[in-house]
Amino acid sequence: MNSRTFYNEILNDHNLHPGHKHDLAEANRELEGVNPSCGDDIRLKLRVENGVIKDGAFQGSGCAVSQASADMMLDLVIGKSREEALRLSEIFRKMIQKQAGEEEMELLEEASVLQDIAHMPARVKCAVLSWHTLEEMLKE
Amino acid sequence: MKETEKSNSWRKDFPLLNRDNLIYLDNAATAQKPECVLKAEMDFYTKFNANPLRGFYELAMEATDSYEDARRTVQKFLNARFPEEIIFTRNTTESLNLAAYSYGLSSLSKDDEIVVTIMEHHSNLLPWQMAAAKTGATLRFLECEKDGSISRKQLKEVIGERTKIVAVTHVSNVLGTKTPVEEIVKIAHENEAVVILDAAQSVAHMPVDVQKLNVDFLAFSGHKLYGPIGIGVLYGKKELLEKMPPFLTGGEMIQSVHRESAVFAPLPHKFEAGTVNAAGAAGLAAAIRYIDSIGFDAIEKQEQKLTALAMEELKKIPGISVLGSDKPEEHCGILTFTIEGVHPHDVSAILDSDGIAVRAGHHCAQPLFEYLEIPSATRVSLAFYNTEREVHALAESLGNVRRRMGYEQ
Repeated sequence: MNSRTFYNEILNDHNLHPGHKHDLAEANRELEGVNPSCGDDIRLKLRVENGVIKDGAFQGSGCAVSQASADMMLDLVIGKSREEALRLSEIFRKMIQKQAGEEEMELLEEASVLQDIAHMPARVKCAVLSWHTLEEMLKE
Repeated sequence: MKETEKSNSWRKDFPLLNRDNLIYLDNAATAQKPECVLKAEMDFYTKFNANPLRGFYELAMEATDSYEDARRTVQKFLNARFPEEIIFTRNTTESLNLAAYSYGLSSLSKDDEIVVTIMEHHSNLLPWQMAAAKTGATLRFLECEKDGSISRKQLKEVIGERTKIVAVTHVSNVLGTKTPVEEIVKIAHENEAVVILDAAQSVAHMPVDVQKLNVDFLAFSGHKLYGPIGIGVLYGKKELLEKMPPFLTGGEMIQSVHRESAVFAPLPHKFEAGTVNAAGAAGLAAAIRYIDSIGFDAIEKQEQKLTALAMEELKKIPGISVLGSDKPEEHCGILTFTIEGVHPHDVSAILDSDGIAVRAGHHCAQPLFEYLEIPSATRVSLAFYNTEREVHALAESLGNVRRRMGYEQ
């Protein structure tokens, strides 16, 4: 093996058995995120009430990294305030750039399994797609 | 296994193939370069470097000779009638753009039709979309069967008296299928249309004779033919090239220039504006001589053997479907496949972790993927320097992909 592989049990499990990959009828925010060059496509739906993400779900298709990342992200941000979610997103981006400290990474829980993606620049956008989409939705 | 390595004595000619832990199976994207090509490029800069076609001193004339020798080597390789039918460009894309901007825009009008196949690489589709948009001509598609073949019925239905240009690929970069060029040329010429052949994916794998095929234009890239990146070729029939307006204008493509007008240089320089890639041309000529020294018989035999083995091995792996024909001889070394439940980017990342380089995605042929109703796929493309041992390593790695992605098997 000449490079690290990041396909571990946690990532595979979120890819094959995502807990949040479904429709969300009561969503009040919705946005599609696309990586045109590789075809990753995520439609993220959120129910945000009084500045808190009460529920969230995604649909779409793409590589295991993009799909698992979306699922792990929703695990983390459901129940969090808008500000807390944006803070996590910032930490996730820092982790991808190898700039996050250990304490910060702990806050990312399972999403920290994607830290090795930093070694594969071509796949970074797959990991960041759902977080980027989330940021766009919460900025409004 | 040792037997295989011994029989493939060509590997030692390619310095990059000495790299540890690399099984290079992305040859349809770009091929590796033999030492003689690298040396030819180096020689140009160490022995002949001056601006070709300009200076009147000895060094500049040697630079010009080296460049024009390269043109004659390409002429012989394609069996073109005249050296001035060979135009050097950067790559296939630039060659096809030259054809579209110069021939296309000057010959097309509103009621005309341009015919392409559904298998085109974007480089032989976007220039024609542009030409259609600018002239009002209509773009029409030859659709293929699941195995990549195009029926005679399709050809007769789509190519007709309104057709002015038929721009088709010689070999699909996704399916590996060879298009029926002889038949296309016959029907196109009966309708007084010209045929532009995208030979990017064929020239490295089979003899291509422009007079025998009787195509009007042909484009290829040096880098897929074991030559350097940055040098390409457009062949055109002299009588057509002579009537065409220049594509790019500027230095070295002129005979005389006045304040408000210019007289353009004769062929081929009319189409080679600016300082040319003379080192690249020398490298390409070296690549052609290298291929000649091996011969297409040996190249085809080795690639055929490897393709047949790879197909047989891939068929044994549950969940893999190979696109295109069932017959290895109809793949030109290209095997594009899907693995059930695993995204091609994940397939390629897993193969990469085992040191195997393949391509994943839509392979610059999105309309074909839409037509086949497949989002994307993984592509293995073989060259004569690959070995049976490498194919077995590929099969072993692919056999583990589903398990490594968390499936039971």
